[in-house]
Amino acid sequence: MPSTRAGRPRSIGWGLRLWVTAVAVLLLAPTLVVIPMSFGAGQTFAFPPKEWSLRWYEEFFSSPQWMSSVVTSAQAALLTGVLATVIGVAAAIGLDRGRFPGRELLRSAMMAPMIVPGIVVAVAIYGTFLRWHLNGTLLGFVLAHTVLAVPFVITSVSTSLAGYDSTVEVAAASLGASGWTVLRRITLPLLMPGIASGFVFAFVTSLDEVVIALFLQTPEIRTLPVQMYDSITLEIDPTIAAASSLIVVVTTVALLLPQLVRRRRSES
Amino acid sequence: MRPSTAPTSTSHGIRISGVSKVFPGLPRPAVDDVTLDVAPGEFMTFLGPSGSGKTTTLSMIAGFTPLTAGSICVDGEDISRLKPHKRDLGVVFQQYALFPHLTVTKNVAFPLQQRAVPRADVEARVRAALELVGLADFADRLPRQLSGGQQQRVALARAVVYQPRALLMDEPLGALDKKLRDQLRREIARMHRELGMTFLFVTHDQEEALTLSDRIAVFNNGRVEQVGTPNELYERPSTLFVAQFLGESNVFADDGAEVVVVRPERLELHAEPGAVPDGCRHRKAVITDIVYVGNHHRIGLRFADGTEGSVMRLAGTALPAAPGESVVASWSPRHQAAVPRPAATWGV
Repeated sequence: MPSTRAGRPRSIGWGLRLWVTAVAVLLLAPTLVVIPMSFGAGQTFAFPPKEWSLRWYEEFFSSPQWMSSVVTSAQAALLTGVLATVIGVAAAIGLDRGRFPGRELLRSAMMAPMIVPGIVVAVAIYGTFLRWHLNGTLLGFVLAHTVLAVPFVITSVSTSLAGYDSTVEVAAASLGASGWTVLRRITLPLLMPGIASGFVFAFVTSLDEVVIALFLQTPEIRTLPVQMYDSITLEIDPTIAAASSLIVVVTTVALLLPQLVRRRRSES
Repeated sequence: MRPSTAPTSTSHGIRISGVSKVFPGLPRPAVDDVTLDVAPGEFMTFLGPSGSGKTTTLSMIAGFTPLTAGSICVDGEDISRLKPHKRDLGVVFQQYALFPHLTVTKNVAFPLQQRAVPRADVEARVRAALELVGLADFADRLPRQLSGGQQQRVALARAVVYQPRALLMDEPLGALDKKLRDQLRREIARMHRELGMTFLFVTHDQEEALTLSDRIAVFNNGRVEQVGTPNELYERPSTLFVAQFLGESNVFADDGAEVVVVRPERLELHAEPGAVPDGCRHRKAVITDIVYVGNHHRIGLRFADGTEGSVMRLAGTALPAAPGESVVASWSPRHQAAVPRPAATWGV
C-alpha cells in the first residue's frame, strides 16, 4: 500500500473522470459555442456557421462605440487592479498583524461586498455618486469596482500570509533593516504570488462587472459589458459574439498567466 | 582563512542591569531583576529549562522584546530603548530565518547593503564570511537547496559579516540532529576563537553549555541562579537547582539549613563502614542497578533515608559489588558542595 502511494499519485477512477468531464462540458460549452459563432458570415447567429468570415470582428474594431467601451473597460480594469491591490495588500497585512479591538468586525466589513447582492451595492453607489457627481466618470467606475475587488485581494494575500514565517522580518531588523526596508525587500517579495493573483482577480472583477456599470453609465462613457448588454437589448447582431469571444480570451489569459509564470519559475 | 580577508572585530562588553520583563496576564515575571556582566570577547551561555527567561533576556538584548525595567548597555552606551536595526548586534535563530527568496550570497550581503558598504567590499567580505563557515561553493544556491546544517552556517555568516558588536544565538543547534549538532558546535567554538567577538549563546543543553562557554549563567524561574565557569558551576554549585541541572548529583541532608551535594565520580564504595578512610564522610546504601554506559558504569544507589543517587566508575575497573548488596558510600569533604536547603519542597 505505502509503496504505490509513494510511487505515483493514484489515478482517479473512470466513473469520476466521466463525471468531471460532463460537469466541465456543461460549464464551458455555452462559453465556447460563442467563439465559432463569432466567425460566422451570416446576418444572424448560427452554430455551427454555414460560412466563415471575420466580418463581425471588422464590425467590432471599426465601431467607435465598441472601441470607446473597450478603452473605458481597459482603463477601469487596470486602475481598479492597481488601487484594489494597494488597498488590499495593506489591509491584509494590517488584519494579519494588528492586535486591535474590532479587528474581526473590520475584516467582515471589508469582505462584505462579496456577500451583499450586487444590485443593492449598485443602487447605493448610484445614489451616493449622484451627489458626488461621479456618475459617468472613469473615477466613478474605478472607485465602485475597487470596492468589489478589494475582498479578492485580501483573500489571496491572507492566504500567502498564512504560510509565512515572520521570523525573517525580525532577522532582517537585527541585520540593520528599517521597517520600510523590511517591507520592501522581504515582506512584499515573499507575498508576491498572493499579490499577483490578487491583482489579476481585481482586474477581472472590474472587466466583467455589469450591474454597477449599468447604473453609472452615460451615453458618453460606458464599459464593454454594458455596451454588450445594450447591443443585445436594442439590436441582435453577431458583433456581440466577437466581443464575447475577445472577453473570454482576455480573462482566461489573465487568470492563467500567473500560474504559467509560477510553473516556469519553479521548473528553472 | 587568510588573515587579510577574515572578518575581525574589536570586542565589546555587555552590561545587563536589573532587567525585568512582565508579560500582562502572567502570574510571575518572565525575567526578574537580572544583572549580568559579559566581558569583551567572552563566550557566555544562558542555560536553563524552557520558561526560565533565558530566551526572553536574549530577545531584550536584541531589541525584539521591550524591557519592563532595567537597562542594557554595550560599552557603556544604553541600547535598551533603541530599535533592533540600530543596535548593531548579530542574531542567529533556531529556525535559521534565512530569506527564502534570496541566494546565499544575497542573504549574506543583506546586512552590508543596509550599511551602505561599497559594492567591491561587499563581494570580498561575503566571500570571506562564506569561507569562514566553509560554504564558499554554495554562494549561488537558494536556502531551500541547502541542508539544515548548511542553512545555519549561512545564518552564522550573515550574522558576523558586518562585524557586529556581539553575536547572539538562540538555541542555534536545536533544530539539527545529533551528528550535525556536534559538528556545528565545534564550528561555533572555532569561529569564536578566530573572530574574538563577544558571543551570547542560549541553550537548554548542558553539554553545549559546558563545552562551549567561558562562563555560564544558569537561569531558573526568570532569575539567574549562578554565574561562573563550567568548572565552577560543576564543582561548586551554589544552589541545589544548579547542582541538579548540570550533571548528576548525590544530595545528602546535612545539619541546619544546608544540604550537601557530591558528584557521582567523587563517591567511593566500601563493603563496610570500617573501610572508610579517615576524615571522610559516609552513608549506607543499597545498589539498585549497574548500567554500562560506553566508557563507564553508572551504579545506582538507594541510601538508608530512601533517596536515590549514583556512582560513576570507569569501564575496566573492578566493580565493588553487585545489585542488591549493601555498601557504604564515602566522600572527602573537599569534594562536597553545601547549598541552601530549598524551602518546604525538600523533604529529607
